Amino acid sequence: MDVIKEDQVLDCTGLLCPMPIVKTTKAIKELEAGQILKMISTDAGSPPDIAAWSRQTGNELLLSTEDGGKFVFFLKKA
Amino acid sequence: MTKSNPNAPKRLALIASKGTLDWAYPPFILGSAAGAMGWEVGIFFTFYGLTLLKPELTAAVSPLGNPAMPMKMPFGPENFQNISWPMPNLLMANVPGFEGLATTLMKQTFKNKGVASVEELRDVCVDLGVHLVGCQMTMDVFGFKREDFIPQAEIGGAATFLEYAADADVQLFI
Repeated sequence: MDVIKEDQVLDCTGLLCPMPIVKTTKAIKELEAGQILKMISTDAGSPPDIAAWSRQTGNELLLSTEDGGKFVFFLKKA
Repeated sequence: MTKSNPNAPKRLALIASKGTLDWAYPPFILGSAAGAMGWEVGIFFTFYGLTLLKPELTAAVSPLGNPAMPMKMPFGPENFQNISWPMPNLLMANVPGFEGLATTLMKQTFKNKGVASVEELRDVCVDLGVHLVGCQMTMDVFGFKREDFIPQAEIGGAATFLEYAADADVQLFI
């Protein structure tokens, strides 16, 4: 059950570094402050990379989950 | 290109000195990743790296003298694709077209795995405002003119890089 309601979904399935964070950056630019982006990735480098991206850009990582090689991130635009 | 504002974003300064396909990736991957994180990025292209500023990228990979490079086949079942093929220098130096074959195999393997092409990564860098600077001295040595490069390319010398790098948070020579 998702307790966080996203405003936009970005599917980065099949993409490898650095494209997930590049596409996340583009997607978050389209949002208003406070809106939430749900990003889906299959790149095993994404959990540490999205956490680093979040720290560097100030966009908050609300939740990071993994299920069978599929990673889901909820990011709140600063 | 000085960083006068102490609240300015972090800065990455790269030197890209190699023009082969395998070595074309690191500067554009790091440049686009840093740009995506809101950093200011400058990549200085010198010596063989200069060719990465040409509109049509012709970067190839040479397994010759590159003994740690695994050769992967981009087709067939997964356990076949995961084999690292040994590439003896004697074979590579003597078989015509071997470099072209190795380049094709590497590009296809990267594509199959979901890695962006060097062209795509360079476009991302341009979109994110990464400074792409050609080294004037090596342009003169190798006979490149400003018009040989993509319009977004800037031109500079050692002092340009050093001033930029002195204010950078991360500096790397690739």
